[in-house]
Amino acid sequence: MSLKIKQDHARFRDIVRGRIKRNLKKYVQKGEMIGKKGKDFITIPVPTIDIPHFVFGERSQGGVGQGEGEPGDPLSPGDGQQGSGQAGQGEGQHILEVDVSLDELADILGEELALPRIQPKGKDRIVATKLKYTGVAPAGPESLRHFKRTYKQALRRQIASGSYNWRKPIIVPVREDRRYRSWKQVPLPETNAVVIYMMDVSGSMGDEQKEIVRIESFWIDAWLRKHYKGLEARYIIHDAVAREVDRDTFFHTRESGGTMISSAYKLALEMIETEYSPGSWNVYPFHFSDGDNWSADDTRLCVDLLQNRILPAVNLFAYGQVESPYGSGQFIKDLKDAIGARDNVALSEIADKDGIYGSIKTFLGTGN
Amino acid sequence: MDRKTQLPAHLHDIRKRIEGYAREYGLDFFDTIFEVLNFDEINMVAAYGGFPNRYPHWRFGMDYERLAKGYEYGLSKIYEMVINNDPSYAYLLESNMDVDQKLVMAHVYGHVDFFKNNFMFRHTNRKMMDQMANHATRVRRYQDKLGVELVEDFIDRCLSIENLIDYQSPYVKRRPDHPEDEGERKVAKGFKTEREYMREFINPPEFLQAQQKRLDEEAARKRKFPERPERDVLLFLLEHAPLERWEHDVLSIVREEAYYFAPQGQTKIMNEGWATYWHSKIMTEKALEASEIIDYADHHSGTLATHPGQLNPYKLGVELWRDIEDRWNKGRFGKEYDECDSFVERKHWDKRLGLGREKIFEVRKHYNDVTFIDEFLTLEFVLDQRLFTYGYNDKHQRWEVMEREFKKVKEKLLHMLTNFGQPMIAVEDGNFDNRGELLLVHKHDGVDLKLDYARDTLKHLQSLWRRPVNLVSKIEGRGTLFRFDGKEHGDRRVEL
Repeated sequence: MSLKIKQDHARFRDIVRGRIKRNLKKYVQKGEMIGKKGKDFITIPVPTIDIPHFVFGERSQGGVGQGEGEPGDPLSPGDGQQGSGQAGQGEGQHILEVDVSLDELADILGEELALPRIQPKGKDRIVATKLKYTGVAPAGPESLRHFKRTYKQALRRQIASGSYNWRKPIIVPVREDRRYRSWKQVPLPETNAVVIYMMDVSGSMGDEQKEIVRIESFWIDAWLRKHYKGLEARYIIHDAVAREVDRDTFFHTRESGGTMISSAYKLALEMIETEYSPGSWNVYPFHFSDGDNWSADDTRLCVDLLQNRILPAVNLFAYGQVESPYGSGQFIKDLKDAIGARDNVALSEIADKDGIYGSIKTFLGTGN
Repeated sequence: MDRKTQLPAHLHDIRKRIEGYAREYGLDFFDTIFEVLNFDEINMVAAYGGFPNRYPHWRFGMDYERLAKGYEYGLSKIYEMVINNDPSYAYLLESNMDVDQKLVMAHVYGHVDFFKNNFMFRHTNRKMMDQMANHATRVRRYQDKLGVELVEDFIDRCLSIENLIDYQSPYVKRRPDHPEDEGERKVAKGFKTEREYMREFINPPEFLQAQQKRLDEEAARKRKFPERPERDVLLFLLEHAPLERWEHDVLSIVREEAYYFAPQGQTKIMNEGWATYWHSKIMTEKALEASEIIDYADHHSGTLATHPGQLNPYKLGVELWRDIEDRWNKGRFGKEYDECDSFVERKHWDKRLGLGREKIFEVRKHYNDVTFIDEFLTLEFVLDQRLFTYGYNDKHQRWEVMEREFKKVKEKLLHMLTNFGQPMIAVEDGNFDNRGELLLVHKHDGVDLKLDYARDTLKHLQSLWRRPVNLVSKIEGRGTLFRFDGKEHGDRRVEL
């Protein structure tokens, strides 16, 4: 049984996400409830939208409470503010935030993202969606009115209510009889695409850098998987040498060593040339590093590989560079000088965790 | 929603027993229909304010999300819900233990008795269940016809001013049945002249007529519109704003529902206290099995728990009811008691009058929260219950306990309850500046309005009135006129 309230709820979620009714966006307040999951305290965000009224200013108002405390004693934080639930469970407790499921987050990301420059290539691998009329519904725009079904409904009603006269068969549909075509989004196979993730796991990448890279590639991966069914993904990690790994290893491995970026590019190139011919595949290499390459010679080799072999074969080459206290961060500058002007290159520097979202948008933002 | 009007057999038996106890104690209620719902359904009904069917609007979805999340993470659970209707409908959560169901039923009979007998509810629509469904159909029809967005935006704007109703109006008569005497009509006299025979030449009849006409027009302009400040701003808009028909209908729906819910807000402390008083009485004296006592005690104390910065209406209410019963049982009232200033004597005062039960039934009929607190909140009670006022300390940047003094506590409490805790705002002039502008006046009683909200509300109001709107209030002690003309805000100082 689906509840009527789900519609209201979906609408509320849409407003909170700023998808509709942007005029209300400024009244969205971030409330939270504090709950417990096992030993940990968790905060559960409960956003509210406060329609403005003529009301008293909160701070000048105060109120009446009940319990211990002498005049001048503080109330625990959060008390006195309406609708904020209970906050202030004491310090030192780890508070996690739980709210949206992975799918939901990918959805939120997805509203502003798309695989850039994707082209129809090959056959039936990538799935895009298309609208298709599949059924009838009792409500809808007049332009989609289903004449035959409306007629049938009216006929049925008139027979049932006894107002149908077979000698003079006049059928008059009333509002409730009207039927409209309704539609559904159906998956439509479209194009072939492969994403090649490359990550620098060398010693100069600190834990924080690796984490940022993993979070970012994880989200890109999660989002692409959600939106492009049948997408292929390959994972390469490299330090001084590169090797292909499976998804799980990619997100969990720890290594150290020197850095030879060209090793990864060579491997990627090999993959493209043997398995993903640009004629029938959309190819998206994503590379993450701290930009600290072993030598200028190797960098020159990289640029050469990119310019002459990789870029002509791919739809988009994306390079994300994490800021690192050890590295020189030179690599992105070299890339910028050499290939920054090319259409199918996206370069982004990620300063910290907050920069992740912006970086993803640089890579996958619509309009690239 | 499927309507399961039939209670399962064991709940049916419980219901019969509890109803019997409630009647024995003298509670007088409408027929009450209990329905068993699962948590999703009960969250929905709760989000709809107790009704199974409301017009589509996102704010119900917002309430639903809060309730559903609270339930999902085990933070809160709806125990009881009952609507003021004849017959009354109340809801039981499917997964609750039997002892909880008993408690809820006993509590609900308390509420329904209160709905039926308290004077504040006398003017409420007792067929609101049907009316709400009717409202839902009307709004849906407008949405089908005009589009969801348009209608919803309009509802948002109406909701923004839904608190501008006259909370006392069902109980007092504000407008006279016959318009008052309009005062002496000014008669045109023309130019003065000593010479009787010249009069008709100096003041020919046409001239006198023209002058008379001008005088009348001037008087009409001076006559105020509305004649006296109108506190039911929604009514004023319904009567005078240039609304389209569907807009008029939607606004009247919002107004009607606001009036329906108002008495519940104005008797929250009494009503919850009353229901708690009775569930505790029925459960502990009659309905509890020995095996249920611990669960009962747990849930009952949960209901009555207090947090420093929040006033728990259940707790305050039930304690006040018990205090009243005790005072009237012992005769702790009246001149003799009030004038006694021996602490010891007062403490042991007991006239064995036994009037408590009778008194509380009388009080539940004739009081609302304001008069209830005003009359029955005593010094002893405030000390006993450790009530205090709190406020925001700007210097320390935190909320602090302010005072424990009886007078201050009572004053603050009454202030929070007066006019339902809403600022008093009335339409002063519907033709302000003789330019068809709307002028509202806020009767300032020591607390400033929240400015950003006030400005945005003005904006919404302007979209209903179509002409510029003005609000006079006091900010930091100085009279200020806020104005929104459809394009921009303008504030200016005014003398009050």
